[in-house]
Amino acid sequence: MLGYALRRIAGIVPVLLILLTVSFFVIRLAPGGPFAAARALSARTRAELRQRYGLDRPLAVQYAAYLRALAHGDLGRSYSLRDEPVAGLIGAGLPVSAELGAAALALGALSGIALGMAAVLRRGGVIDRALAPLAAVTLALPSFVIGPLLALIVGVWLRWLPVAGWQPDTPRDLVLPAITLALPLIASIARLTRASLLEVLNASYIRTARARGLGRARVLWRHALRPALVPVVSYLGPAATYLVTGSLVVESVFELPGTGRYLVMGAIDRDYTLVMGMVLVYGTLTLLANLGADLLHAWLDPRVRHEAP
Amino acid sequence: MSSIPTSAEAMGAAHEAPALLALHALSVHFAGVPVVDAVSLAVRAGECLGVVGESGAGKSLTFLAALGLAPSAAAVSGRARFGATELIGCTERALDALRGRHIGLVFQDPMGALTPHLRIGAQLTEPILRHTGCSRRAARARALELLEQVRLAAPARCLQQYPHELSGGMRQRVLLAIALSCDPQLLILDEPTTALDVTIQAQILALLAHIKRERRLGLVLVTHDFAALAGLADRVAVMRAGRVIETGSAAQVFHAPRERYTRELLQAAREPAVPGGAPAARGAGAPVLAVEDLTVRYRQRGARRRRGEIVALQAVTVAIAPGESLAVVGESGCGKSTLTRAALRLVGAAHGRIAWLGREVGAWPERRLRALRRDLQLIFQDPLSSLDPRLSVERLVGEPLEIHHGELDAQARATRVAAMLERVGLDPALATRRPHELSGGQCQRVGIARAMILAPRLLVCDEPLSALDVRAQRQIGALLEALRREQGMSVLWVSHDLGAVRRGCERVLVLYQGAMAELAPSEALFSRPLHPYTRALLAAVPVADPDVQPGRLAQVRLTDGEPPPAGGCAFRTRCPQATARCTEQRPPWIEAGAGRWVACHHFERGADGMLRG
Ligand SMILES: Nc1ncnc2c1ncn2[C@@H]1O[C@H](COP(=O)(O)OP(=O)(O)OP(=O)(O)O)[C@@H](O)[C@H]1O
Ligand code: SF4
Ligand SMILES: [Mg+2]
Repeated sequence: MLGYALRRIAGIVPVLLILLTVSFFVIRLAPGGPFAAARALSARTRAELRQRYGLDRPLAVQYAAYLRALAHGDLGRSYSLRDEPVAGLIGAGLPVSAELGAAALALGALSGIALGMAAVLRRGGVIDRALAPLAAVTLALPSFVIGPLLALIVGVWLRWLPVAGWQPDTPRDLVLPAITLALPLIASIARLTRASLLEVLNASYIRTARARGLGRARVLWRHALRPALVPVVSYLGPAATYLVTGSLVVESVFELPGTGRYLVMGAIDRDYTLVMGMVLVYGTLTLLANLGADLLHAWLDPRVRHEAP
Repeated sequence: MSSIPTSAEAMGAAHEAPALLALHALSVHFAGVPVVDAVSLAVRAGECLGVVGESGAGKSLTFLAALGLAPSAAAVSGRARFGATELIGCTERALDALRGRHIGLVFQDPMGALTPHLRIGAQLTEPILRHTGCSRRAARARALELLEQVRLAAPARCLQQYPHELSGGMRQRVLLAIALSCDPQLLILDEPTTALDVTIQAQILALLAHIKRERRLGLVLVTHDFAALAGLADRVAVMRAGRVIETGSAAQVFHAPRERYTRELLQAAREPAVPGGAPAARGAGAPVLAVEDLTVRYRQRGARRRRGEIVALQAVTVAIAPGESLAVVGESGCGKSTLTRAALRLVGAAHGRIAWLGREVGAWPERRLRALRRDLQLIFQDPLSSLDPRLSVERLVGEPLEIHHGELDAQARATRVAAMLERVGLDPALATRRPHELSGGQCQRVGIARAMILAPRLLVCDEPLSALDVRAQRQIGALLEALRREQGMSVLWVSHDLGAVRRGCERVLVLYQGAMAELAPSEALFSRPLHPYTRALLAAVPVADPDVQPGRLAQVRLTDGEPPPAGGCAFRTRCPQATARCTEQRPPWIEAGAGRWVACHHFERGADGMLRG
């Protein structure tokens, strides 16, 4: 299992390299370029700037330089944000974004699984019946609607939590954004858990476990839950992708100083170094999430573990 | 005693012992439709009740309902008493105190009955810990002891393994051990041997006979096969369409059945599945299928990178003449299916020569094989999963025509399909149904129709009967045999059950661990088997006769030895005739009479070890 995990982690590196290479060329081939939008610049200043950032050199040379710098941990400097080193921007923003993502994921997984189980335990009960409409609403409403709505109810009317903004070391600021981000996840995971658990409970081995007189609780927790979580775990990959795009919106709605805004900013300003930095961060996170899903799957099912090449 | 229900008296109890479990007018309805209809049965300590009936007769449901395990959609009524406890309407908690403690259950389907993510040890100690409250250590010791009692070859290792690492026979032993773990008074077994090889089936049945003798517990054995009951049941109840239609002592039901249906079931269990008859007109010409020195190796990937090679098939040479029927027989994992798949060029890694219809096709690319393929058709073991669930019966049967006979228009195709459906005995009303709306037997008929519509020269049948109940087996066996004779085609019949092919096939090839053990005309093979393995296979075939079967079961070895290291005869750890020579030398493949071949150093000796003239 450990060897399998290490090999999988090593496997991430080439994928990431391909991702970076493709992004590197694609953003440069796209129309427009840095400083093109800033009309106030004279042609001379623009040329000077291009020269300073090495953008006048052939693409292959730029690429080689980028790789060389990357190998030394240097992600370059942002063109648009006053020459800030991209690594520094990430260092400041990532903790906020990562905390938000992790909180949303944990919230989504735990309450989704709990709700799904509750729905199965009381078939036709309140939770069971509420699940489908809840899913419809949370999946249909975009987070820039859910977010302000929650902020309005909880922050403005009830005054339980701050409406927006961020002070370091105040986890309270994260509660609303995390819930906003997690709501669609909760709904999807609850429905997945419900369907999968219902199927597992019909399995022959569940009948055998009941025939051993183990009691309802033990049959559920020990025999049914783990196999039922397999589809939920497979959903972690897509969920990670959702978290990345979702956090862009949620961060801007709640004015969180995360990394999401850099991705938007970088894309609009054609700030190549910034975009590459963001591709590196979000690419790594997505790949890690997929890896985590596979490892969890292997843990859940010994057959996968034994087949693992 | 007031707890003896009237149903027990109604059954004419010979001994006066009180019933352990007594069902009285037990019914199960699904959406108002009765599937179990007023069933009354009783079983006493030390007695084995056999419940027999076709698939769908309600046998399983009866006992599931009695123990509160019926699906939630089932409406259960009537009474079921275990000792002094009424089980119907009793709380889940009270049932849990009985299930696994006083009543052990083993269900149909050993492959799916163990929780996949828990080790055998955990699953086996679970009921012990729960019901007896002993220490973990004591539970483990008890688990080990139980695995020994069910004659598992390596009990200590087994405790550490996951279900998927065990064979079907091993899993069934584990399930039996779990059911026995708390010394139950009553053991209910639902089709405990149906999914297993005949040799393993014989071992499990013999083990049950042993357990019954040793422990004096009440035993309920549910099955569709009278032969499985013969050595064990003291009393027999026959079920049909949700009702018990006949009950009586084993001797009475086996020897003097009252109901016609019972007689039919008995007859089905006594006849080989594939009927005999005049051999088909033997066409002249090259063999339809011939393989020479066919060897297949699979790369094995072990858990800890224990890489190795499995020789799935070793130097097999055999040919099927036009119109001939050849059976390939052996236990699961012996390479039967590998042989058929390699011979039909469906696995890549085969070495040796392969000829179809006289043409050497071993090196042909798939593109070239296509035209010949329509003459060599295959039908499968699992009828349902081999058919596309989205297509109607009509489309399924017509599809091969679309592929291979593009010149036919829709009208001509429909005519042929209709004729074929009629030929395989499928009601035209079924033509628009999809596979999951059919019974197992009907599915298999669709598979046959699909293969036969191209009028192939060879039909390869890979265990086409093993998913069916006895009566459906007989019907499908008879259908295939009739088709063979009408069309003069050849049949390659793959089975784990020598008994099933007893009369139907002209020659039999016995495989053991991928290598040929014996090849002979079937008359000769059944009257005088030469290889000890062939004799073991024959001895394992259950006989539906309560006077004969106990003696046969008593002969069965309860367990197999571990497979021996390479070199020498692969069968030697299971062979009663093995000598030192068998360890040193691999037995050669030698001709032992007209058309008879065998791989055994001591084939001249009979089962008694005496030299024959
Ligand atoms: N969940 C269900 N919903 C509706 N009908 C069902 C359900 N489960 C079983 N049945 C029906 O109940 C009848 C009896 O089923 P049961 O499993 O007891 O048969 P059986 O005699 O054990 O057959 P087999 O030999 O195939 O195991 C069948 O007609 C089956 O189709
Ligand atoms: S060669 Fe020896 S061990 Fe093998 S079957 Fe013959 S007698 Fe038995
Ligand atoms: Mg059944």
